[in-house]
Amino acid sequence: MNFLKWPTIEFSKAGLLFTIVTFLLFPALSNVMPAKAEGTLELIKKRNVLTCGVTQGLPGFSAPDDKGRWHGIDADFCRAVAVAVLGDADAIKFVPLSAKVRFTALQSGEIDLLARNTTWTMHRDTALGIQFIGANYYDGQGFIVKKDIGVTSVRELDGASICANAGTTTELNVADYFRSNGMEYDISSFEKSEEAVAAYDAGRCDAYTTDQSGLYAQRQRLVDPDAHIVLNEVISKEPLSPAVRQGDDVWADIVRWVHYAMLNAEELGVNSQNIDSMKASPNPSIRRLLGVEGSFGESLGLDNDWATRVILKVGNYGESFDRNLGAGSELKIERGLNALWTQGGLQFAPPIR
Amino acid sequence: MVSAFIGLVWWLIDNTVANLARQNVATGFGFLDNNTGFDINQKLIAYDETSSYLRLLLVGLLNTAIVSVLGILLATVIGFMVGLARLSDNWLVSKLAFIYVEIFRNLPLLIQILFWYVLLIELLPHPKKSFSLWEVFFLNNRGLYLPWFTTLPGGGYLLWVLGLFGAGWFYVAHKARKMRELTGHNKAYARNYILIGVICLGGYLSLWGVPFEADLPALKGFNFRGGLSFTPEFVALLVALSLYTASFIAEIVRAGVLSVSKGQFEAAKALGLPTSVSMNKVIIPQAMRVIIPPLTSQYLNLTKNSSLAAAIAYPELVSVFAGTALNQTGQAVEIIFITMSIYLFLSLLTSFLMNTYNARVALVEK
Repeated sequence: MNFLKWPTIEFSKAGLLFTIVTFLLFPALSNVMPAKAEGTLELIKKRNVLTCGVTQGLPGFSAPDDKGRWHGIDADFCRAVAVAVLGDADAIKFVPLSAKVRFTALQSGEIDLLARNTTWTMHRDTALGIQFIGANYYDGQGFIVKKDIGVTSVRELDGASICANAGTTTELNVADYFRSNGMEYDISSFEKSEEAVAAYDAGRCDAYTTDQSGLYAQRQRLVDPDAHIVLNEVISKEPLSPAVRQGDDVWADIVRWVHYAMLNAEELGVNSQNIDSMKASPNPSIRRLLGVEGSFGESLGLDNDWATRVILKVGNYGESFDRNLGAGSELKIERGLNALWTQGGLQFAPPIR
Repeated sequence: MVSAFIGLVWWLIDNTVANLARQNVATGFGFLDNNTGFDINQKLIAYDETSSYLRLLLVGLLNTAIVSVLGILLATVIGFMVGLARLSDNWLVSKLAFIYVEIFRNLPLLIQILFWYVLLIELLPHPKKSFSLWEVFFLNNRGLYLPWFTTLPGGGYLLWVLGLFGAGWFYVAHKARKMRELTGHNKAYARNYILIGVICLGGYLSLWGVPFEADLPALKGFNFRGGLSFTPEFVALLVALSLYTASFIAEIVRAGVLSVSKGQFEAAKALGLPTSVSMNKVIIPQAMRVIIPPLTSQYLNLTKNSSLAAAIAYPELVSVFAGTALNQTGQAVEIIFITMSIYLFLSLLTSFLMNTYNARVALVEK
């Protein structure tokens, strides 16, 4: 009379384990990963906002003002990309990143674009899964010292204490330079540049080192800027370039050509003030840039007004430089290497044709 | 359950590796052999720009270890003193201890670290105007410089022998105590041991000369060179960690002492034991049973808190390895994995040592 008793099902333990393990491993074995069939461009259009990785505050490159609005040549570049893709220079989310986490943020998809005065090096380009799109600022590493220690050249810094930012190329360059010149030094590497600058200002170090543009910017923040001098020499080449994730060529092309469009605009004399009259220009280069002729915007996956919007809302490269770094800013940095190739500088963009 | 867990872990690892490969991010542990290319400001073993990342890992680990071990010792001493002071009958002493505890355990540790660091580098003078004592001790905002020595040939060997001799002394002292407890007679083991040692050392030195050379700090250019030096980063971190953790330890000690029943105090008093003896021989040993387990947690906290040092450029494990090295190589997954494993190992080691000690002092139920 035990018909109520259910037939017992015998599980072999090994069989059970095998089932569970197979079930769990199936996704791995077949490499079904979070599919990223969608390109970055579609993703940005869908969410209608561009996420852009910037510094935690470096005047001239990317720094928020007292109203929380970001300024700087890198912040401008983010806006230019946003306005080209989304038509709105404010459809943008700035993500402040430390030097340490910037590449991970880009690799993991937390940001779409890294415009954070980042030096383009072979290792970063090849081993980090990221793609540099072209230098928007040619820089070199320099040193700032107190005037009263009487140093006029980097060569005289033998035995000095040096403050630097951790996880940057500057640490490597200092090591290379002092080693190859047989000079001694002590380095203190801080996680944030504010901490490094504060320690230098307090006298912990004889010199603070970073890219020369950064030195001019940081000097404004010292207690007595006039008591410090930026040494003339540079000990390295630092092409600072925005970067995108590797493997999405469509997106890389868009970002690259926004940069080139700003350069070409300066070269052709098109700026945010005269752009309306320039549309009537007979110069075919200008007509192609502004989308009056040809369909260059469409081949990028945008519309033909893409460059017009960038120049109208953000300006050409020269305007952005002047406003943030050059004569129109507090930093008053010369164009130098960053002049157009036609003016003896290095900024050169392929033609739009 | 276990196999499901292992399966899950394996799936995570496999997925990560596949994703990294798809993004063309370098993977694997091969980078540990590469040159680091950068220098750091405190190294207990030889290290320079040409050393490998593996070496860097070791240097960072030693920096973490030294600040943790010294911090644990200091925090324990201060913590016991403050904890007992709080129980003092003296109103002033007990209130001062109370104020100490409430200040140090209620301020965030990072702020305390920055406070001590800024204090050191702002208040101390520039190397050219250093405070000095007899022209051999120097203190300035680049560090504290003490006279030290360098070894000549044979010196390293002699140091090892001296170290072994020192370790031997503990054994001899232990033996002598056992003997005294057993027979009631004092044997001059320890005295004879030291006498023999001194004679041997004297003989060695008169035969071969002193194999050490004084290494005095001296101002060369911008900074002092030579001697034994402690950077302001190290001192600030050590002070902050010790004082912060000591405030917790003080409360643990107080709780431990209060947990011993009042009858024990009274019994000790009735036997005519002076306060210090009754504290050391009767109360503290019983309080230890309550103190040890939470004390272990504080030791673990101190070790892990040392990773806050990245803010003041002290080159410990997280700052140089999980920070700079991570950024230079870009191999976040591997480096974070290694770093986590090391902290886990350090914590388990501390727990093991403390548990062993705990087993020795624990109350044996009969």
